[in-house]
Amino acid sequence: MSGTMVEQTYEAVIGIECHVELKTASKMFCGCRNEFGGEPNTQLCPVCLALPGALPVPNRVAVEHVVRAGLACGAAIPSFSKFDRKNYFYPDMPKDYQISQFDMPLVSGGVVRFRREDGSEGSCRLTRIHLEEDTGKSTHMGSGDGRIAGSTHSLVDFNRAGVPLMEVVSEPELRSAEDAVAFLEYLRLTFLYLGISDVKMEEGSLRCDANVSIRPVGSTEFGTKTEIKNMNSFRSVWRAIQSEIERQRSVLAEGGRVAQETRGWDEANGITHSMRSKEQAHDYRYFPDPDLVPLTLEAAWVEDLRAKTGLIPIAAYERLERACGLAPAQIRQLLGDPALVRFLLQTVDMRPDDVAFAQAAANWLLGDVLRMLNERGVSIDGQRTLTAQALAECAELAMAGAITSKTAKELLERVMAEGGSPKEIVAREGLAQLSDPSMIAGIVDQVMAANAKSVADFQAGKENAIKALVGQVMKVSKGKANPQLAESLLRERLKQP
Amino acid sequence: MSALYQRSATQIAAAVNAREVSAVEVLGAHMARIERVEPSIGAFLSLTADLAREQARRVDEAVAAGKRLPLAGVPVAVKDNMCLQGTVTTAGSKILAGWVAPYTATAVARLLEAGCLPVGKANLDEFAMGSSCENSALGVTRNPWDTDRVPGGSSGGSVAAVAAGEAALATASDTGGSIREPAAFCGVVGMKPTYGRISRYGLIAFASSLDQIGPIARTVEDAAAMYGVMAGHDPMDATSLPRPVEPTLPALRTDLRGLRVGLVREFDTKDLGEEIDAAYRRAYAQLAALGAEIVDVALPHAEYGLATYYLIAPAEASSNLARFDGVRYGLRVDGANVQEMYGKTRAAGFGPEVKRRILIGTYALSSGYYDAYYVRAQKARTLTAGDFERAFAACDLIACPAASSPAFEFGAKSDDPVSMYLMDYYTIPMSLAGLPALSVPCGFVRDGSPGGRELPLGLQLVAPLYEEARLFAAAHAYEQATRYTLDRQPPVVESVR
Repeated sequence: MSGTMVEQTYEAVIGIECHVELKTASKMFCGCRNEFGGEPNTQLCPVCLALPGALPVPNRVAVEHVVRAGLACGAAIPSFSKFDRKNYFYPDMPKDYQISQFDMPLVSGGVVRFRREDGSEGSCRLTRIHLEEDTGKSTHMGSGDGRIAGSTHSLVDFNRAGVPLMEVVSEPELRSAEDAVAFLEYLRLTFLYLGISDVKMEEGSLRCDANVSIRPVGSTEFGTKTEIKNMNSFRSVWRAIQSEIERQRSVLAEGGRVAQETRGWDEANGITHSMRSKEQAHDYRYFPDPDLVPLTLEAAWVEDLRAKTGLIPIAAYERLERACGLAPAQIRQLLGDPALVRFLLQTVDMRPDDVAFAQAAANWLLGDVLRMLNERGVSIDGQRTLTAQALAECAELAMAGAITSKTAKELLERVMAEGGSPKEIVAREGLAQLSDPSMIAGIVDQVMAANAKSVADFQAGKENAIKALVGQVMKVSKGKANPQLAESLLRERLKQP
Repeated sequence: MSALYQRSATQIAAAVNAREVSAVEVLGAHMARIERVEPSIGAFLSLTADLAREQARRVDEAVAAGKRLPLAGVPVAVKDNMCLQGTVTTAGSKILAGWVAPYTATAVARLLEAGCLPVGKANLDEFAMGSSCENSALGVTRNPWDTDRVPGGSSGGSVAAVAAGEAALATASDTGGSIREPAAFCGVVGMKPTYGRISRYGLIAFASSLDQIGPIARTVEDAAAMYGVMAGHDPMDATSLPRPVEPTLPALRTDLRGLRVGLVREFDTKDLGEEIDAAYRRAYAQLAALGAEIVDVALPHAEYGLATYYLIAPAEASSNLARFDGVRYGLRVDGANVQEMYGKTRAAGFGPEVKRRILIGTYALSSGYYDAYYVRAQKARTLTAGDFERAFAACDLIACPAASSPAFEFGAKSDDPVSMYLMDYYTIPMSLAGLPALSVPCGFVRDGSPGGRELPLGLQLVAPLYEEARLFAAAHAYEQATRYTLDRQPPVVESVR
């Protein structure tokens, strides 16, 4: 090999840390409303403004949310947990310490299983999930670009200060930007399904950082990592990680060393830039918060929460794939709307192990039902008229050939508008498809007599003329005739000279 | 009948409830007394006469409407580290000079509800850090028994106001002895309840795991009544005890038969000087004469109390005091950037003792020192609590000095912080263990100088956790048998303007 340059191949090692604002009525340690937006500094009290003498009291619902997140990821819930103070000065942090959890988080371990775009499976273990409080928001004025450098003064809005914040830390087990994004997407969906967060990146209720390093393929040691911040969408997570992997690759290729540091993602220029090095890292002086008593998590309470976990996205994926035979793209289309998935699975559950029925229900839901919901501007759980039972009846009627697909569409429209049972409507109003050959035969004769030209065209070899004739049979039967039966009867008659 | 300002809180409340005297009259007598003696005492940082007048009118109306209030028309001094809505609340610090509290501490709110009249905000060592009140950045308070001497601390203003007849009651707070030592110095009753008995909500924190509010009064009965009003669970304080409060007043007794009183082997009073030693031995003999069985108990870790306390308390303080950063309230000294603003504000706003403790505490929590200092101190704290547990297996109460000397002259210990810290040698172990303890006058010693005054001494009684009723019962018996300060007022010089 002497004299030959061998290009080293590297693999990426990625870990994700993400912060999720929890959906609760009140803030983490006080009674102020937990609501996005609002005029600056209107959702405040002595506690979240850290007035002298004010004390924190933990929000029980927030604790439940974190435990439920852990249970949904199959994590262990300890019987004992506590809050610690993370001490550092920052103007938008009212107490100049953050109440967080250091060495005894509410959740340890767990795993997030995910599916990639092509449907293949992946997973990444979690290190921990802990509960803390959010900070306020600083706005830097006078610098033109909103940056602190060159600003004349800063304004602080404390509305967000004290909002319950869940921090999820993954193990460094992701190997590509694609997997990092898939992991994040399933994490986001999990919290959405649990109903514990709005998980909106654009509103900051989901924020994430990525730890990225690279190492020669086959190596078991970690390279030096950098922490990437300021990524505002899944797309920027993907771009930032890709860009950082490339940057580290070229640093190593040029014989350099990757420095351990925090880097910011620059969306406009598509690069990361150095923010601070490890040497400038804080000593947070963590210690147990003496204002709060340790949390004792009763096993019975945890089991009760476990029982209430409900559907999680990866389980939904697998059911939609197995029970409904949906393709990955179709599942992705559905998965982001937990209510729609639950509606479909509720429908499918009415005829277990009937794949054809499940597929029909899924097709109706993804097609006509979604279209109708969009036209009305409502979500599936925002309307009361169309029930899973009604969708099941429609699918069954259509599958059994009892109604035509045209009738089925009209039925769905009617049920969506005024409610009711499709089966009852069909029975009451005689909408059932005509499948009795003797009845259809009469209509066929009538149509042939009235459309001599089409008959002649067909007999002269114009295959298409049959379509016009079937159309006429449907018209005369007011859409109820079974079109396949009508066509075969027509062909039979047309053969006879 | 004695002058209104000399009457006990119990007597005042009885007279106001019986409509023999109005709350407005009681207030008038106390405001007049304040005007006469305050120039020589300086117990208050601010007077809240308007608020008190308004409250007095409300109390009179309530009484006229047939209501009976447990502390109807009783003037109370509020230690200035407790929030009282609409009043300047400073904690004796320049960093909070002029800050008006927008809410009221739970304990203070309960006193107002019980009919108390808040006459003013009492002086204290800055952030309650000190044993002489000399660390107040905002005023000098003198001992009514000898105005060349300190009133003790940190609750110096509270005890001086009660001793001098400026208020019948005062709120105080105790972290390592800040109620018991000044109560001893000024010849009044001061009581620190079990940790968690009285809500800390609205008490400006010094060391959260040790801070506890308690009553100051001229009689044990008054202290018990005031404690009864302030004690009880508060949902605004997560460390507040959820257990019911035993009534203290019906439990008061005049003998100590059937009680075993432990004398602490390690707290030999021989080293305190012949006169003081004799006074404490007389006090112990009196307890025996009242029927108590005197037993010998050991607190082997008591000698580590001071060291333990001076790690834990500053560690918590360093974090608790971070919020005084110039951003949201209080003093702000502008700088070129936010770091400089923090530095200048805190340099100008905090006094030397506060800075010393912030430095000690920051050091003790720092990475690399945390285990050696903070964690070890917590272990020593656990050992101290264990000492008391074993001691209370052999006795029902512990008796010991409340301070290692009577009140000393201004400046006597200012150059040597450790000699000042040693004033709390006898009170700190109980604070570390969270136990209820009380100081009751137990005689006088002459200061030895020509024409020297007699200075009060305090006997400290300590009970097991939650046994406040036993503590008050025994202290009442001792007080009624000895009557050291019941029939004798300090020689306060009244000034005429």
